[in-house]
Amino acid sequence: MTKNQALNTREISKIVFKKGELVKEVEELSGENLFGCYQCGTCSAGCPFVEDMDLLPDEVIRYVVLDRREVLNSKTIWLCASCYTCAERCPRDINITKIMEALRQIILRRKIDYTDVLKIPKKERETIPQLAFVSLFRKNIG
Amino acid sequence: MQKRILYYPGCTLKTTAKNLEKTAYAIMQALGYELVEMHDWNCCGVVASLTTDDLMHHLAPLRNLIHVEDQGEDKVVVLCDMCCNTLKQTNLRVKENPDDLKTLNAFMDRENDYKGTVKVYHFLEFLRDEIGFDVIKKMVKKPLHDMRIMPYYGCMLLRPREVAIDDAEDPQILSDLLTILGAEVIDNPFKIECCGSYHTIEEKQLVSRRAYRITSYAVERGADAIMLSCPLCHFNLDVRGKEAEKLFKGYKQIPIYYYTQLISVALGLDPSVYGFDQHMVDPTLLLKKKGVLHTRKIEI
Ligand code: SF4
Ligand code: SF4
Repeated sequence: MTKNQALNTREISKIVFKKGELVKEVEELSGENLFGCYQCGTCSAGCPFVEDMDLLPDEVIRYVVLDRREVLNSKTIWLCASCYTCAERCPRDINITKIMEALRQIILRRKIDYTDVLKIPKKERETIPQLAFVSLFRKNIG
Repeated sequence: MQKRILYYPGCTLKTTAKNLEKTAYAIMQALGYELVEMHDWNCCGVVASLTTDDLMHHLAPLRNLIHVEDQGEDKVVVLCDMCCNTLKQTNLRVKENPDDLKTLNAFMDRENDYKGTVKVYHFLEFLRDEIGFDVIKKMVKKPLHDMRIMPYYGCMLLRPREVAIDDAEDPQILSDLLTILGAEVIDNPFKIECCGSYHTIEEKQLVSRRAYRITSYAVERGADAIMLSCPLCHFNLDVRGKEAEKLFKGYKQIPIYYYTQLISVALGLDPSVYGFDQHMVDPTLLLKKKGVLHTRKIEI
């Protein structure tokens, strides 16, 4: 993940947003109202991937609201595996799962892929179940 | 007369999860049903489309639902948790948003229009709601006495709630099943936590850590094995769990069964369908120890 990360940082920095546009695009893609979040942290408390994340899920929301575009360089949005736990538990009924997807889509739709298929070793390609590949490609390749 | 029920397999059931498919076929036969694979199915796309404007990724699941209608059925049973979740989510989206359905129907101009008549069942859901666990209970020949098993649900059976087959925080369907099979249920708060999903490709260690966390807690509470339903959870707990032995000193991965395998064992179905050779951690030792699987090889 670290190798891809470096590549992304460079390309992602080229994505231009005018002030306030990031949150607008995330809201449009996700259909969620990010301003409804009162930062209780329930989403982060239950997320199974927080140990490896650089931003907590509730921080991701705050970053977007505050127009801090470095959120797009965050490892968190790629570590989110759409397990829907946060969306199930949010007391404000905000679907964070969809917000994470929107952030990935903002990058992927600008033709920046997160995963390089050719780097997946042949042996892995033969042993890992197909559904893992299809979901990885759907999540990390535009 | 056998009752016929249409079945959507998905890609993984034809490769790494053949054992899940074979045991499901055998169970249905024993119950007096004929599971019939639908023809002309395609990959469902595995994960549901989550952005508001992305209708494109509803095409693949929808095409399958259309083909269920084309084959004159209004029910389809799915074994893979991920396929089932995706098919259910698309089904719901088009039923709730007639405009989206219109767009999708218009786009697939070579297919019949989807009329919205199909109900998608997870196989577990079908066994519980359409057949009844009590029916299975009556057919148990070799109760799994003395086996201490942790049910593991993962994500796709339980979330999002609109397509869940049980309570998101405290599901019971697998423990109910274990109870009727005669096993002892080892409950565990990690039963509803994600196994690491597709990160198994690029983040192997992360998934091994997830497998360790889920399994080790169960072991501490005395579990001999885990029972689950999803082919990706199975791979992650079985294979990445085995690899976790190298990361955590003294850790030993326990066997991971599909619920269909344990039903087959308890009903005394033909061992040639179990497919235990597809596992990383040998699931036969425990069964032999508990006296529900015989050591003698059955010659075919
Ligand atoms: S659980 Fe909901 S309200 Fe609480 S921090 Fe997360 S998104 Fe905000
Ligand atoms: S959906 Fe993503 S952010 Fe939410 S709990 Fe699951 S992995 Fe974490």
